Amino acid sequence: MVENLRETRQGEVLFTDYTRGESVKKALSMERQDVLFEIKDSKLKGRGGAGFPTSTKWMLTAAAKSEEKYVVCNADEGEPGTFKDRVLLWEYPDLVFDGMIIAGYVIGAKEGILYLRGEYEYMLPSLEAYLEELRKDNLLGENICGKEGFNYDIRIHLGHGAYVCGEETALIESLEGHRGEARNRPPFPVTTGFNKKPTVVNNVETLAAVTRIVEKGGEWYKTHGTDKSTGSKLLSVSGDCEKPGVYELPWGTTISELLEKVGAKNTKAVQVGGASGVCLNKAQFDRTLGYEDVGTGGSVIIFDESRDMLKVLKNFMEFFVEESCGQCIPCRVGNTKLLEGVEMIEKGEFTFGYINKLKDLGKSMQVSSKCGLGQSSPNSFLTILENFKDEILNYANGGRNGK
Amino acid sequence: MLVAEKNALTEEIEQLVEKYGKDRSALLEILHEIQKKHRSIPDFAQQEVARLLEIHPVEVYSVISFYTFLNTEPKGRNLVRICQTISCDMKNKQAVVNAVERELGVKIGETTRDRKFTVEYTNCMGLCDQGPAMAVNERVYMKLTPEKAVEILNEVK
Repeated sequence: MVENLRETRQGEVLFTDYTRGESVKKALSMERQDVLFEIKDSKLKGRGGAGFPTSTKWMLTAAAKSEEKYVVCNADEGEPGTFKDRVLLWEYPDLVFDGMIIAGYVIGAKEGILYLRGEYEYMLPSLEAYLEELRKDNLLGENICGKEGFNYDIRIHLGHGAYVCGEETALIESLEGHRGEARNRPPFPVTTGFNKKPTVVNNVETLAAVTRIVEKGGEWYKTHGTDKSTGSKLLSVSGDCEKPGVYELPWGTTISELLEKVGAKNTKAVQVGGASGVCLNKAQFDRTLGYEDVGTGGSVIIFDESRDMLKVLKNFMEFFVEESCGQCIPCRVGNTKLLEGVEMIEKGEFTFGYINKLKDLGKSMQVSSKCGLGQSSPNSFLTILENFKDEILNYANGGRNGK
Repeated sequence: MLVAEKNALTEEIEQLVEKYGKDRSALLEILHEIQKKHRSIPDFAQQEVARLLEIHPVEVYSVISFYTFLNTEPKGRNLVRICQTISCDMKNKQAVVNAVERELGVKIGETTRDRKFTVEYTNCMGLCDQGPAMAVNERVYMKLTPEKAVEILNEVK
């Protein structure tokens, strides 16, 4: 089974010591709006990849009038190359669940739901046991930690192997017992979410960050990272490097600094943000990680000189063709067409005119797809074709590197 | 399906509905339990779930067909899923796949004749730093070599 490396992990914000319940008690001693203010001050943005300001999301849900509200923790990380949530839930459940309790307090929810991806079912027994401990310590249950009227509990809902359920409205559909097909937005989940009630959906890492912000303050949080991207980011590093794993680095780290840290040599390309992210070539390694430059949900896949970028692209496109839910045409048909294009290049049976048309198709998909899956799936197609043009278009001539 | 089997299945589903409730949101949890126990959700079970939750059987089928981990056709007693996504692919998952295919005498997507194993590809399992990765039922195995993968399968009952 997966190892617990908590003792050896090092980081500035998340990978540090924390005593369970501390932030919850602190939050409960504060007014709801003061907790919100602290999070607003920290400028925390959603860590799933989209980067929506967390305080805005919470404020809208808190302001929505309803008897029932829900907190949903999105642990359906299916993006190729992402495994930070696995590490957080396995080694730092205290940070994640405390964040969920704080969210429940701030928005006025009675129930929190952890949507755990089916692939992580092996974690279920330990997470259930952890929730039981929280109930014993009165961090869950009725009148939590003596706070009159704050009743809140958390349950775990298991996913069933659908990548698209990481999209928040698809996730809510799945929670309600439907196919995981994204909804039209608006209305947004903050007013019309689970069971049509106001719902906050946050990434695992976002909630863990909230716990630290409440503990140490928004001012402290802002001392990490950059102006527009405050705090730290967990990066799941895999591929051609000596030390793959999860790293906590402040926003604003450059790609080359990261490569050095993980012991990557002869690097040709770095895929940032998983299959739906962008592929950078050597000339772009001085770019920085952050919402203002290369934003990411945390996946970093490293390719060295020996790798064949067309094969990489084909792997990504096969992934999207399989995982597209099929309800909207740009995504369902578009991804298939892009994969066909990749196969044409592989065989050398393509025209430049057609490839350019496919690029246009990719751009159309980015604006016309219904949810984030189709809007981001052409990213790797477009960036690999752009950044590795010579290698790709000369593929069939035997010259893998355009020679 | 024998009448006795049908009755047993109905009783089982009634108990599940009692446990999880009649609300639509209980559907996936109920299906998950059936899947886990029987390794598939047969037609009759779909009809019974639909009847008890008061929804159309097509609704149940449409949900099952959407999710990778739910299926209507019975698979082998043990489900072997090998990660095909890029990071595991780069760590030579193909060698593992070849060894497993040779050893079990089936191709990816097939079930062995004794119905002991079904072998499938799966997308990213979140073990990219420890590839190649494979899951046998709920258990995951990492940093596989062809030998290690075969050894693991030999230990499965």
